[in-house]
Amino acid sequence: MASEDERHPRERMSRLRGLPLLRGTRLTGDLEKLRKQLDRIETEPSDEEIWRSVELARHSQRPYSLDYVERLFDDFLELHGDRARAEDPALVTGLARFQGRTIAVIGQQKGRELNERTKRNFGMAHPEGYRKGMRVMEIAQRHGFPLVTFLDSPGAYPGVAAEQHGQGGAIARSQALMARLTVPLVACIIGEGNSGGAIAIGLVDRVLMQENAIYSVISPEGCAAILWRDGAEKVKAAVALKPDAVHCLELGVIDEIVDEPKGGAHLNPDEAARMLGNALAKTLDELLAIPGDELREQRRARYRRAGIFSARSQEPALQPGH
Amino acid sequence: MAEPRIDVSIEHKNLPESSNDDKKHPNTCPGCGSHYRDDELAGNLRVCPQCGHHFPVRGRERIEQLTDKGTFEEEASDLRSEDPLGFFDLRPYTERIAEAEISTGLGDAMVIGRAVIEKQPCELAVMDFSFMGGSMGSVVGEKLSRAAESAIEGKVPLVTVTASGGARMQEGILSLMQLPKTVCAVEDLRDARCGFISVMTHPTTAGVLASFASLGDVIVAEPGALLAFTGPRVVQQTTREKLPDDFGQAESNLRFGHIDAIVPRGELRPFLGRSLRLFRNGQ
Repeated sequence: MASEDERHPRERMSRLRGLPLLRGTRLTGDLEKLRKQLDRIETEPSDEEIWRSVELARHSQRPYSLDYVERLFDDFLELHGDRARAEDPALVTGLARFQGRTIAVIGQQKGRELNERTKRNFGMAHPEGYRKGMRVMEIAQRHGFPLVTFLDSPGAYPGVAAEQHGQGGAIARSQALMARLTVPLVACIIGEGNSGGAIAIGLVDRVLMQENAIYSVISPEGCAAILWRDGAEKVKAAVALKPDAVHCLELGVIDEIVDEPKGGAHLNPDEAARMLGNALAKTLDELLAIPGDELREQRRARYRRAGIFSARSQEPALQPGH
Repeated sequence: MAEPRIDVSIEHKNLPESSNDDKKHPNTCPGCGSHYRDDELAGNLRVCPQCGHHFPVRGRERIEQLTDKGTFEEEASDLRSEDPLGFFDLRPYTERIAEAEISTGLGDAMVIGRAVIEKQPCELAVMDFSFMGGSMGSVVGEKLSRAAESAIEGKVPLVTVTASGGARMQEGILSLMQLPKTVCAVEDLRDARCGFISVMTHPTTAGVLASFASLGDVIVAEPGALLAFTGPRVVQQTTREKLPDDFGQAESNLRFGHIDAIVPRGELRPFLGRSLRLFRNGQ
């Protein structure tokens, strides 16, 4: 018999599943987590809240990857260059100490002042950046270091040289390498997680997402330009894409929403880092208890399940009155 | 003395709109302007006999072109897209899918199944650009995964023929998840030591290029195919860079080392037969 404690969230979940929006719900985890996740989902974000997430995710004072690296980790040793062609400052990589153990870090890095922003190419990596990331993944694998990635980029750089140097292939191979690793992999979405540029370092065991971050297949502007044929319809596109943390949790693509200080992470970066650090520590502990082969198997199974579709033969007949 | 100026604006006004843009008849060659009956073009594998331009090929016709007669056994044809986001742009997503199903006769943008190519058994996954721009949503991702599983089960190589504008925006973040999903499927295939030949046709871009299509043991492309993560128009608009004439084309990709060969359509079938024999390693 399920205890009262257990029944309550389960009942709520089945009730929530009845809503058309929640057909894709894949809530998992222990009771405590389940309850927290359900609390999040009970109120659906309004259109205004979704657009506010987009704005906060891109806020110029929002903490970037290195702001978290600095606050959360000790002895950060930055590693540069892909050992073939170039150094790409849009993606930072390195080793660091976290909670008494060495971890590998890969983060998309935007810049704050004009010079820094140009140097970082606004956080848009070239293939060289992803190849540098793969080099660090290999180090992590060899030495058994867990890998933590930070997602915060408008996307992979859409330039001539990036194409000539194999942008698509680099993104594919970076994911393929992540599918092979047997060390724990955690992604933290701290700002904009956009498109292939994000998923290149986002094929992981657990995804943590800050409450005002966004995660999307395309930027609202890009989507508006294609589907509405007008980039100015970005708010409509954002609302349709549902890139906010609550919808991502409902759709089962992230594992946990990490709280931010009231008003957004930019108002108190130290507190935002503390909150993210707590979630990261707990998640890593969980993953470190799982043997590497099993971890990889679970990771593959996780993505095997991704997506929502139907088989025609099981299609329910249209109900009268609809 | 100035020449008298003749005002031609009225004549231009009366020209039909379609004559001055690229909305030509689908059987008119954009390369040389030759026009063909549909059966003429089909008989020549939809390659222009005059200039060699490769016209698009629909999924089922591609399967006919490549496989030994009567060998293709379709799998997972019952899969259909859902509308998990309740997506609505200028039209509802459900309406777009229904329309694509009717106009293409397909369930989604990919057809998979067992096949034999020049006596070599394989698993075949073919994309169709006419179904919503060959975009990859949950169904395409699932079909690619099932194709990989079927290849592993049958211990045969996988052949994919891609034609795609990228991830399907109408399924939002779930479409992005099809990138890692298909990448994991290819990794399973590699673990099982099944060969994987990726044939890229025009266009293979964005999410499909940035996932399974780029992971073939052998990657080949048709002549003139656009293979780019970001297409020329967006690159131009975003960066204002001057684009090389062959930007993103198969020929440029070959030069930069991203693909193994360019194979004209007429040679594709024997090429696949030969490759499949090599991966079979005398078994």
